[in-house]
Amino acid sequence: MLSVVGRYLIFLGKLFTRRETLRVYWNRFLDECLAIGISSIFIVAIVAVFIGAVTCVQTRANLVSPLVPVYIVSNIVRDMTLLELSSTFMCVVLAGKVGSNIAGELGTMKITEQIDALEVMGINSASYLVLPKLLASVFTFPLLAIISGFLGIFGGYLAGTLTGIITPEDYIYGIRYSFVPFNVFIAIIKAFVFGFLISTISAFKGYYTRGGALEVGQASTSAVTNSCIAVLIADYLLAELLT
Amino acid sequence: MIEIKNISKSFNDRQVLDNVSGVFKKGQTSLVIGASGTGKSVLLKCMLDLVRPENGATLYDGRDFYIGEEEDKKNIRREMGVLFQGGALFDSQTVHQNIQFPLDMLTEMPEKEKKERVEFCLQRVGLEGTGNRMPSEISGGMKKRVGIARAIVMNPKYLFCDEPNSGLDPLTSIKIDELIKEITEEYNTTTVIITHDMNSVLSIGDYIMFLYKGKKLWEGNSQTILDTTVPELEEFVFSNRALKQMRDDKRH
Repeated sequence: MLSVVGRYLIFLGKLFTRRETLRVYWNRFLDECLAIGISSIFIVAIVAVFIGAVTCVQTRANLVSPLVPVYIVSNIVRDMTLLELSSTFMCVVLAGKVGSNIAGELGTMKITEQIDALEVMGINSASYLVLPKLLASVFTFPLLAIISGFLGIFGGYLAGTLTGIITPEDYIYGIRYSFVPFNVFIAIIKAFVFGFLISTISAFKGYYTRGGALEVGQASTSAVTNSCIAVLIADYLLAELLT
Repeated sequence: MIEIKNISKSFNDRQVLDNVSGVFKKGQTSLVIGASGTGKSVLLKCMLDLVRPENGATLYDGRDFYIGEEEDKKNIRREMGVLFQGGALFDSQTVHQNIQFPLDMLTEMPEKEKKERVEFCLQRVGLEGTGNRMPSEISGGMKKRVGIARAIVMNPKYLFCDEPNSGLDPLTSIKIDELIKEITEEYNTTTVIITHDMNSVLSIGDYIMFLYKGKKLWEGNSQTILDTTVPELEEFVFSNRALKQMRDDKRH
């Protein structure tokens, strides 16, 4: 276990040594932003809207006391969405989509000698291939968290108002009631950290793949599993630190 | 000229290369032959420093590849062209982009010149007009040709080919061999080919090194290999029935 952590840290160090020119990274960064960020908007939007809607419906169903005002429903939807769903839950979903993609891509490149081809050209393959993915992840994950946060609250609004369990006025009042702007910042910080963990762990698993197609599949699975565990541990630590 | 000196490499407790030495001369096609698992590909990887040997040195025109500054090493790498076994083409790039890649990464050449150079290389390997196709859209033989085009785009001094004929039909294999031979003579490169294909051995082997269980057992050329008396090499060469028949006919 310790040796794996050590190799992971050495791998991280390798990303920042023998770098290529800024122009090379800029073009690859834009490509990766499209592959990692833009292509994930659809799944993030779907998940966020439905999770927001379900949170709204479930909260209302469990608030049976007449003493609790109805606007508390949207208040809970807001805090749940900002503090957990838009960052942690969204990143667990992205660990599946982005993590498996990164590990699969790098694993295939490794076993088909494409990484060796880069190395013999004198290019630091780890830095050339992984650094743009890392930068794109830490840049786009917070943006996805913002979209997810907005759509989660909007999903709750749709479910609440269309089914009549809360009026639009109560919902808006609830989400504005005792609002802590720092919670938005927490969601962004979490997404940034999770983006770093998912991209680097998945890249590490893919980059050191040995064998054939079977091992590429195993690397992808391992990348998703390890990323999810890392995200959950980091979530707990960040919750302790930031709240 | 490439000189390898006492290269030894082991994985865990298994000795894969044991004090292998040899000289690969300029303008010659040098072949490293041997059965599967004898350490040919590991030797190539050691020469390319993709795997670092425990002992020994690889000298490129007298320059030790394993020691010295990173910049010197990078300069030597820029003089290398490598054709990998499966072509190792980048899946996300077109044929043209694959060939242009080393020029983009390692030179400051104007875009127009790069395009002309890529077109020239495509023409040289007989693939003109295929630049816009993706690697997944071309055959195995074409992939090897694209791999050769990418290997020669930087005008390399040293050309390495890892089993250039694997997975190809006999006719395409011969064409690839001829192409490598022509390129070697045309550009005066030091060419090292890893192979176990006897057709290649006999047709383009200016220098041949035979590896057996990680050791160099024999060296010679395509003229002398059929007269070998080394039992392991005899077994390897004359596992081909036609060659065995030819030798027997010659003896009688």
